[in-house]
Amino acid sequence: MSAPLSVSTNESQPTGVAFIFKKAFLSALVALGLFSLMVGIRTEAGPTGQLVFWTRFNELASLVGAVFVGSIAMELLRRWLGPLGGTAGLIPKPVQRGVTAAGRFLAPVLLVFALLVPVIFYNQRYILDLGILVLTYVMLGWGLNVVVGLAGLLDLGYVAFYAVGAYSYGLLSTTFDLSFWVCLPLAGILAAFWGVLLGFPVLRLRGDYLAIVTLAFGEIIRLVILNWQSLTGGPNGISGIPRPSLFGIPLTPGPDGLAAKLGIPFSATHRIVFLFYLILALALLTNWVTIRLRRLPIGRAWEALREDEVACRALGINTTTTKLTAFATGAMFGGFAGAFFATRQGFISPESFTFQESALVLAIVVLGGMGSQLGVALAALAMIGGFELFRSLETYRMLVFGLAMVLLMIWRPRGIIGHRAPTVFLKKAEAISSDLVKEGHG
Amino acid sequence: MDYFAQQLINGLVLGSIYGLIAIGYTMVYGIVGMINFAHGDIFMIGGFIALISFLILVSLGLTAVPVILLLVLLVSMAITALYGWTVERIAYRPLRHSFRLAPMLSAIGMSFVLTNYSQVAQGARVKPVPPIITGGHTLHESADGFVVQLSNIQIVVVITTVVLLALFTWLVSRTRLGRDMRACEQDQTMASLLGVDVDRTISMTFVIGAALAAVAGMMYLLYYGLVDFFMGFVAGIKAFTAAVLGGIGSLPGAMLGGLAIGLIETLWSAYFSVEYKDVAAFSILIVVLIFLPTGLLGRPEVEKV
Repeated sequence: MSAPLSVSTNESQPTGVAFIFKKAFLSALVALGLFSLMVGIRTEAGPTGQLVFWTRFNELASLVGAVFVGSIAMELLRRWLGPLGGTAGLIPKPVQRGVTAAGRFLAPVLLVFALLVPVIFYNQRYILDLGILVLTYVMLGWGLNVVVGLAGLLDLGYVAFYAVGAYSYGLLSTTFDLSFWVCLPLAGILAAFWGVLLGFPVLRLRGDYLAIVTLAFGEIIRLVILNWQSLTGGPNGISGIPRPSLFGIPLTPGPDGLAAKLGIPFSATHRIVFLFYLILALALLTNWVTIRLRRLPIGRAWEALREDEVACRALGINTTTTKLTAFATGAMFGGFAGAFFATRQGFISPESFTFQESALVLAIVVLGGMGSQLGVALAALAMIGGFELFRSLETYRMLVFGLAMVLLMIWRPRGIIGHRAPTVFLKKAEAISSDLVKEGHG
Repeated sequence: MDYFAQQLINGLVLGSIYGLIAIGYTMVYGIVGMINFAHGDIFMIGGFIALISFLILVSLGLTAVPVILLLVLLVSMAITALYGWTVERIAYRPLRHSFRLAPMLSAIGMSFVLTNYSQVAQGARVKPVPPIITGGHTLHESADGFVVQLSNIQIVVVITTVVLLALFTWLVSRTRLGRDMRACEQDQTMASLLGVDVDRTISMTFVIGAALAAVAGMMYLLYYGLVDFFMGFVAGIKAFTAAVLGGIGSLPGAMLGGLAIGLIETLWSAYFSVEYKDVAAFSILIVVLIFLPTGLLGRPEVEKV
């Protein structure tokens, strides 16, 4: 049982061909055990409701063969590359430094590119829609980054605030006929309120416990939305949510519409372009607020909290308000993003707010390197772009996503781009003479 | 009163299943200090393997129900244990000395892998099985015709749970492996200095936890007569709630918490609303962590600087 399977990094192991084959053989044997019933046999409810099954030994054999070959390949690759899994990881140090240096130029370039996307791809609806989707996740990532990246509070229920924002806008606009621009701040405030509500009970929790409670909270919100049919429409959701207007001017073909006022022919693309710039503005607002907050005492307190909570308390930082503001700020941006989501889709249902969404946003933050704004943006681009590439393989998509998450944690636990160090810290360790700290002398 | 008694029986049976899963959570948390997020999915895999091995045994022409059940139990325990071992080996062991959140995130990834793996391998539709253990006993019949029933399957579930729990308690308190596990729980470095193979002990913890989850999966299959690829998520959170309620790290606590969660869920469904039963279970998790962070039988966590 204790035979090494694939990723042991012990250097003093025997290195012969026989060893590699033995290891691969053992891996294949384990794979045979794992897949024997789950892959080798396929069950399905037959026409009469009775379960029927058939064998798939070909798939089983090829999977086990793949594990055998893969194990050999991994072993050879590991010898060739040297031990993996250290802090060096996949990306060598100079490249990493290069990325950091390029970051200075990369951010403005990306911003200009984002501003130009609707101009360049004006006629390609698909790319515009994808851009809006990516920017929504960039905004969610930046919002969650306040909680996870800056304050170090692992939040697995972030999608709850997204849902609160979306349903706030959906309900306020369909029931009271309020416009998007009135509802947007309201959605943010309501989501922030729920953030504080979640924050209170979990103040004393940390790490894994906090993660599970936030997860439970997210599920509670989803289940309440799903079951409170009289208010939320239950699984049918809310439809007919009004589209946003440009400060009161609707983007419709009528005589009041923006196109008529500007004297240009109406096109459905106008609305898409408007939505694109809207989410871009919202995302940039999130980014700007976060960067500014980081320089305020509260931002410094968040970073201190992330580094060491006990030391934080010892220094007299009020951890209660620090945690609550982090939750509230993160939740507010989630609420904004939710309101945008509702107005873009025109239809919302509980299905959009499952745990998978939370995990996806969290994966974006972690992949981007917890706290790095640029990293999160790039990670959102990579993640959502990657999802689009795998769109044809619908069922395998989450499988690949899960595997990627595991591999990422093994190789680059601090994210691809590298994480953000505290904004202020001592540049060099200051040694204090032992005379000063000796017992009885000071 | 009769209605209440019936709900009590149902709740205890459901609680036994949760308790079996909760033991896996609590053991792993005790030793490695991480929430094995994929444990709920291990339970789901256990259910699937029980289903498939049951189908094969029946098609081979076996008819003796006790023999079938015993074989199914052994096969699903063995293969699910292998899953537990592999998950630990691939996703957790390389991260043993990584930063705090890494194992948690890796576990979430593994949970997605297992869920979607069984969706891809076995299809998304719910798999029903005909009732395998039928019949029951009438305990009491009231004047208005309400019958308190104790079905044979309920008896099987409870007896299996009790036997396994006894076996497991013996394992932890009397054997070499159990002593190693308790040593690792207290201090891994010291244990390894004293000749305990820490890696092997942690592996065995995952193996035992997965085997118990497989039993829970099989009992779920027998009791409810169906499995699907998504059942691990909610069952996992509820079992984790049970582990927290009982005091994480405590084995009797896990079982007690499981029974409590099963009872609360059943009684809530019976007297309030079925739709909100999961909300009730999740709310308990939050309430317990606020007012009783160490659980019913847990030790307070010492904060080390």
